[in-house]
Amino acid sequence: MKAPLSWILEHVDVPAGTTTEHLTDRLTLTGLKLEAVVSPGRDITGPLVIGRVLTMEPEPQKNGKTINWCTVDVGDANGTGEPQGIVCGAHNFEPGDLVATVLPGGVLPGGFEIGARKTYGHMSAGMICSSRELGLGDDHDGIIVLPADAGEPGDDVRPVLGLDEETIEFEINPDRAYALSIRGIAREVLVSVEGASDFRDPTDRTPPAPNDEGHPVVVEDAEGCPVFVARRVTGFDPTAATPDHIVQRITAAGMRPISLAVDVTNYVMLETGRPIHGYDADKVQGAIVVRRARDGERLTTLDGTDRALDPADLVVTDDSGIIGLGGVMGGETTEMSDTTTSILVEAAHWDAVSMYRTGRRHKITSEAGKRNERGVDPTICEAAADRVVELLVEHGGGTADAGVTVVGTPPAMPVIEVAGDLAARVSGMEISEERSIECLRAVGCEVSGSGTLTVTPPPWRPDLTDPQDLTEEVIRLVGYDHVPSVLPTPPSGRGLTRSQQLRRRIGRTLAGDGFVEVVTFPFVGTTDLDDLGLPADDPRRDLLRLSNPLSAEAPFMTTTLLPGVLRTAGRNVGHGNADLAIFEIGTVTLPRHSGPAAILPVDRRPSDDEFAALDAALPAQPLRLALVAAGDAASAGWWGPARPVTWSDAVEAIRSVAAAIGLEVKASSADLAPWHPGRCAELSVDGQVVGHAGELHPTVCQAFGLPKRTVAAEVDLDLLIERAVHLRPAPAFSSYPVAKEDVALVVDASVPAADVEAALREGAGELLESIRLFDVYTGDQVGEGKKSLAYALRFRAPDRTLKEGEAAAARDAAVALATERTGAVQRA
Amino acid sequence: MSGPNTDYDPVEVTPLKAEQVDEMREAALAAIAAAADLDALKQVRIDHTGDRSPLALANREIGALPPQARKDAGQRIGQTRGAVNQALAARQAVLEAEHEERMLVEETVDVSLPTTRARRGGRHPITLQSELIADLFVAMGYEVAEGPVVEAEWLNFDALNLGPDHPARSMQDTFWTEPAENHVVLRTQTSPVQARTMLTRKPPIYVVCPGRVFRTDEYDATHSPMFHQVEGLVVDEGITMAHLKGTLDHFASQLFGDGITTRFRPSYFPFTEPSAEVDVLCFVCRNVEPASCRTCRGEGWIEWGGCGVVNPRVLTACGVDPSVYSGFAFGMGIDRSFMFRHNLEDLRPLFEGDVRFASSFGTEI
Repeated sequence: MKAPLSWILEHVDVPAGTTTEHLTDRLTLTGLKLEAVVSPGRDITGPLVIGRVLTMEPEPQKNGKTINWCTVDVGDANGTGEPQGIVCGAHNFEPGDLVATVLPGGVLPGGFEIGARKTYGHMSAGMICSSRELGLGDDHDGIIVLPADAGEPGDDVRPVLGLDEETIEFEINPDRAYALSIRGIAREVLVSVEGASDFRDPTDRTPPAPNDEGHPVVVEDAEGCPVFVARRVTGFDPTAATPDHIVQRITAAGMRPISLAVDVTNYVMLETGRPIHGYDADKVQGAIVVRRARDGERLTTLDGTDRALDPADLVVTDDSGIIGLGGVMGGETTEMSDTTTSILVEAAHWDAVSMYRTGRRHKITSEAGKRNERGVDPTICEAAADRVVELLVEHGGGTADAGVTVVGTPPAMPVIEVAGDLAARVSGMEISEERSIECLRAVGCEVSGSGTLTVTPPPWRPDLTDPQDLTEEVIRLVGYDHVPSVLPTPPSGRGLTRSQQLRRRIGRTLAGDGFVEVVTFPFVGTTDLDDLGLPADDPRRDLLRLSNPLSAEAPFMTTTLLPGVLRTAGRNVGHGNADLAIFEIGTVTLPRHSGPAAILPVDRRPSDDEFAALDAALPAQPLRLALVAAGDAASAGWWGPARPVTWSDAVEAIRSVAAAIGLEVKASSADLAPWHPGRCAELSVDGQVVGHAGELHPTVCQAFGLPKRTVAAEVDLDLLIERAVHLRPAPAFSSYPVAKEDVALVVDASVPAADVEAALREGAGELLESIRLFDVYTGDQVGEGKKSLAYALRFRAPDRTLKEGEAAAARDAAVALATERTGAVQRA
Repeated sequence: MSGPNTDYDPVEVTPLKAEQVDEMREAALAAIAAAADLDALKQVRIDHTGDRSPLALANREIGALPPQARKDAGQRIGQTRGAVNQALAARQAVLEAEHEERMLVEETVDVSLPTTRARRGGRHPITLQSELIADLFVAMGYEVAEGPVVEAEWLNFDALNLGPDHPARSMQDTFWTEPAENHVVLRTQTSPVQARTMLTRKPPIYVVCPGRVFRTDEYDATHSPMFHQVEGLVVDEGITMAHLKGTLDHFASQLFGDGITTRFRPSYFPFTEPSAEVDVLCFVCRNVEPASCRTCRGEGWIEWGGCGVVNPRVLTACGVDPSVYSGFAFGMGIDRSFMFRHNLEDLRPLFEGDVRFASSFGTEI
């Protein structure tokens, strides 16, 4: 809400010397938050003065235009007292007129610097200004001609044009709809600013009594429209201009001046908070009927949109059909125009929920709708209509009809019982019952009783429905800044859960291993999944779709973190970060297709079953880890050559994470997009597949703009964390000497090294302390289709030194089992 | 070598003469002193104490002497050998020390050479900020609660006193999922975790819930469709706004520095009543001559988040008896807190994943 300060102060007095800053500080502290203080002249600097046109010589130009060479008396403002020579293109003035003149050195909105310059054969020293040039509106048809009594030449023109008017912009919360009006803001000034007094309510007037001579109105839905007031002005001059102060005020409030009739309804809405609609009375045929729309009915609204109406929409009709979407927007057929001479003024109170739904349904946001859907004082319809009539008559030369139609009565306000000490108990401040009553009365409540107070909120406060709402009113007036600062004493906490601790540990492990964490948006499109090379039946293509995605390219919640990290990796490569290792930890969304999540009642706790059903209706959202690495894992330097990233770095990163939480990962070969079919490891822990790692498929690298041989992994952290070893038994070490044996075994190239190692391990028996594959060789010496695996075995007994030959025997047993299981042949 | 002197005749054994032995000693000592390095000393050792050295040969001759002469000669040879060995050992020590010193000089490297082979990793600053905040509350005795980001509409709105026709629903531009009749949304706030907590725990409840939230905001320097909030919820007997103020003052001073306090302004949230906006004292200018302060843009205070006393309607919907318990709740943007704590004006680096950004924060902030 943008409120011109002078308008506010028309309705309330503040102590002399109250600054705008003090006023807005106080209002902010009681709940009307200052957004900005603006004045239309804030971008104008330098001399802008009243000038009197002394002479004007029309001079036709070659380009067909005629300019006026003027001399303008600007008093002493130019330092010489001599008339100022100025070229002006406008013609809507004559010698003797007072005009707004900017002199050289002045700067107009948009950084437009004024100087003396040669133009059309004259030295033009300044400019005679139009409204648009001063930022006062769009009017550029001519220059501003000031009233004859505006002042003397040389006087500052800013006050005359309202350029120094300060407009305060407030952020109005939904519960303070009353402050969407000068009336409401002035009332807030009264209760917020110390010493403020003499609130003058713009609706405090005595409208003529209702009679039967007004325009006939029938309200068929009194719940939707409890009050409908109709007044009529005839003999109105449609060409009458809107007075400057009204134009200035509604412009400052952010509304566009249109015509006197429209401007007046907007002016009164801003002043009182009550939206008003004006009809061209000559176009309204017969009685007005307010009802809900019927199936299939349509209406073309003022904005030219043809709308299919919903049976829940409230409409205003006449004999011709629907003429307006009640409280939201009028219809085209009865719109006021520049020939309208009879105006039917409607001031009606509408059901807020209905207004909200209709606004949302038809995607209409308007100043009227904004107020109607938040709740307007239902008791001021007559006064607001009367004020509109008054202004139309005053400025448009019309006559107010004697007929006054008032249908319905304002709904009663609820009566709320509240404990007299509730504000004290809620705030932790010492607030006496007397103080509470005083505050409640200050905001307009009627209060009676003691101990338990019986409170009737004022009609402009539909937001006050609960005892707790009343405590806020008391506490904000006592002052939030007086709430003491007291630390509560929680019971002993249990700290982070184990899962929370392990997640941190996993992040630290990855960072320690050189990976940088990224956070990406979880939105994907089918292109992302195509780029991953996922087959049509891949379960990762079963996606939850958003109804209103930001981008039509990415309307789904992702089922895999890979697109996000791969795009991020590609972006990094694009930025020149070629040696790259990144990871992301986040949830993915796996639809369960399990039906709706019920809208449960709110007046009681849902049952455990209801709550469980709610959870079951949500998609599964497991926590995942995804990582990508590319380029060099270790760079080249004086120590030697670089070590490029390989598929094994991806596997190792996951092994490292698993080891950090006490788990061992088994890798076996797999074929899954987006990985290279020969370089993809399925990772499992205790027989449970937890994810995949390896080198990306070359086409995937290309699709994501990544270098060849980029590697990636994705694992389910929930599965890993569930299996994390909690209490690990302390290990026992043997301090007897170790015996080392190396073996080299030749096997078919297709035999997994893990199988050979498992056989060696089992065959070697209990004396085996460790086994390590230290070389893999393929080539002439082992023959086509074969590979040689060289293992270092360490043997040790827990309780004695091994006897001569014991280790060798264990080694031979190991080899024998490996031969039996995998066809391994020991290399000579 | 002379044969055994079986007849006990005094035999003349030249090498055992005193002057001869003295000569051997002098020669040995001179050679030891002259040995310039460990290799030379090794040769000196062989020459003067080895099996074929004059002293060793002389020693062997002792047996050829008549018994009455052996003692004298033996003593002389023994003392000489002792003196030579001692000299050798001393010289060895000197030369070894010299050698070592020379070695160390020769092995000098340029320690200013680069040593970085492997990439440095780092955790995301938002993760770190979330953990830091969680830790501040865990230290006070709170626990960290969590909930799903794809959430039931009822938990995100209705249970929090945001009924279907509540104007505040349109303040939070919600991502809805299909089909609409499933009533599933991307949570617009971490507040549904509050509801979940009250539905699954009995008071006293002291929790914080950091997490991701979503709004349909176009992505720009100050808006993101996904951002991070931390929500706090306390439900206990006798909880007041004063406890809320105390908690947030403590939080502010822990996060932004000693003496940094908060300021409440009336506001509106459906789930709290009374509700307040929280401003935190600018930790850069501390509202002392704020005009030139870039952090708070001349305000002296920085908008930090929202808070309030839990609306009794919310307690009722979540199964907490409002006649026994009261509570407070607060919520702050983690990204926002990070941005002004670290002087970041454009939030996009947080979500664009350039490794230079996150890695500059390392693993703790």
